Amino acid sequence: MNSEIDLLLRKILTDVLGLREGQADDFTSDTGLFGHLPELDSMAVAGLLTEMEDRLDIIIEDDEIDGELLESYGSLLAFAEAKHNGS
Amino acid sequence: MTPLSWPCPLPGGGTSEEYALAFDRGRTNRLLVVPALFDEANRLRRQSVEVMRRLDGAGVDCFLPDLPGCNESLQPLEVQSPEDWRDAVAFAAMHFGATHVLGIRGGCLLTPEKLPCRHYAPINGASILRQMIRARILAAREAGTVETQQDLMDQAMAEGIELTGYRLSAEFIDQFQSLAPREGPNVQEIGQDMVGGAGLWLRAEPDENRQQADALAAILAIGLAA
Repeated sequence: MNSEIDLLLRKILTDVLGLREGQADDFTSDTGLFGHLPELDSMAVAGLLTEMEDRLDIIIEDDEIDGELLESYGSLLAFAEAKHNGS
Repeated sequence: MTPLSWPCPLPGGGTSEEYALAFDRGRTNRLLVVPALFDEANRLRRQSVEVMRRLDGAGVDCFLPDLPGCNESLQPLEVQSPEDWRDAVAFAAMHFGATHVLGIRGGCLLTPEKLPCRHYAPINGASILRQMIRARILAAREAGTVETQQDLMDQAMAEGIELTGYRLSAEFIDQFQSLAPREGPNVQEIGQDMVGGAGLWLRAEPDENRQQADALAAILAIGLAA
């Protein structure tokens, strides 16, 4: 079952990547993000992280952001859930 | 839609010719559109023009001027200040005989006090800067360099800084980080919830959305006709 954070994160990615509704439902843990999607450049990632902060009510420190975090949907979701539960 | 130029006042005196897009048929309601800033300006430009097309159809003249140092402007960005931009917007409003002003996102920071204004999804200066600094940190990290918010802000305040390709002076950063959209009886905010869907400034790539353009133009046209 998808967690609330999972659903919110899929919605945020839908908005940032301009996906059709439901398209993000196909994301799996292994779906590649940063480095796999050419449109997801540093400015877009900055927007994505800011949007995650607003909608998930978390604060992301810049030193927490590394390449691995954004490599796949699974790693981003694990980070968001850990952050949300810790806040 | 007509591309034209307008004489933008320079801070030291004189003027520079800046570009503007206009739908001008000499009608009663004349809307000056203050564009979103920096990266968001690119992402929202097409959508801004789509809204203007609809307003033209609804009987509203619209003008979208370039800010000095932005878009097609030949002025250097690194000598601009938010105050200069405000002066430029106020002059453009007078030059085009605007009766109303629409600020889009960061453009809401520059709308003139004397005219009735609509602020679409306003954002404050500090939020814009934070996001640009974050993008720079991410890009630096990809290149194997570690930068921090605090170090970059210190550098920005001391000597100016280049953020996501935009070279900004220390004076600019100093003024810009404390700017918030003006509130008051002649300012009406149009939130994204009124327009529906997700804001196009979130998009990684510039895009347009017909439904959102229809909705925003309708809100504006109805408000101007009232």
